[in-house]
Amino acid sequence: MTAAAPRSGEAIFSSFERVNAELFTLTYGAIVRQLLTDLEEVEEVNKQLDQMGYNIGIRLIDEFLAKSKASRCVDFKETSEMIAKIGFKMFLGVSASVVNWDADGSCCSIILEDNPLVDFVELPDTCQGLYYCNVLSGVIRGALEMVAMKTEVTWIRDVLRGDDAYELQVKLLKQIPEEYPYKNDE
Amino acid sequence: MIGAGKIKQYSNILEKPLNKGKQEVSLSAFAFLFSELVQYNQTQVDNIAELERRLEDAGYAVGARVLELLCHRDKGNRRETRLLGILSFVHSTVWKVLFGKVADSLEKGTEHEDEYMISEKDLLVNKFISVPKDMGTFNCGAFVAGIVRGVLDGAGFPAVVTAHFVPMEGLQRPRTTILIKFAEEVLQREARLG
Repeated sequence: MTAAAPRSGEAIFSSFERVNAELFTLTYGAIVRQLLTDLEEVEEVNKQLDQMGYNIGIRLIDEFLAKSKASRCVDFKETSEMIAKIGFKMFLGVSASVVNWDADGSCCSIILEDNPLVDFVELPDTCQGLYYCNVLSGVIRGALEMVAMKTEVTWIRDVLRGDDAYELQVKLLKQIPEEYPYKNDE
Repeated sequence: MIGAGKIKQYSNILEKPLNKGKQEVSLSAFAFLFSELVQYNQTQVDNIAELERRLEDAGYAVGARVLELLCHRDKGNRRETRLLGILSFVHSTVWKVLFGKVADSLEKGTEHEDEYMISEKDLLVNKFISVPKDMGTFNCGAFVAGIVRGVLDGAGFPAVVTAHFVPMEGLQRPRTTILIKFAEEVLQREARLG
């Protein structure tokens, strides 16, 4: 018999301690602003945001697994469903959906209906190449890498750039087999 | 509505209606984000004072925007012109919106006329932060001090705001105190207003 079924994202979110989304939004805006002042190059800022997201992701996955009591996912499809339905709900309080599966099931798109990071934000002309929410792609990449999946996460659609929704493409590159640090016979 | 899932597009961000401010994210999401902010700044500076200043600058930007948002949404576009008014605005309204509760206490400094202190037993930003011994008196509350400074500056009450740890008997972790020292002109104006 399986262990207790993973709790729904909504249930976990309501059991968490929460903070005002606006504090979160404004803090993220302050971070992006600092990066833009320091680095000046939009590409550099994108990379730095991704790196910060990666650092967050590798720690976030522990909390995710602990709080959601999720069992091991059977395949990548289940993984993406977990991220979209439970992960985003747990931490950001927003729902996401998974669409656009490709033929061999290794690539999908996650669509965010709502994005607390971008309230009050408008991209000026000087920053048109900026992926404002790039930290989210880093978080997903970092989290999945800690559970033995190497992925590539890119933005397909971004409302700040004029599209109509937030769409992230998650592509599974390869599964990394678990490596034990010590040899058995040593 | 058919085609659900599409966000309504506004050509101008200023036409978008303000939401009620009730949306929430998890505390851990904020804690992760704040820790990244501190970590990033640590790589950019050489000493503690510089790090505190950068955190304060980040907070300043947040404070200026919080003031505008709250004035428009919660206070119906009315300005505070008196010292006590703006202090109680920060102590109650700003704290309630940002941290979910009013600040623990608001005190007037005994030694100097221009000093006020807002204290908090467990500041949200310091909740998951432990400061190593070699960083001395560094306090991540500098971010909150920056927020307060941003609010006060935007409202026309220039001040120097700093965050300090105050050890308390009976409490395991020291209390955080935000010390506000108003500029000379603020006190003169206050005296003139009677």
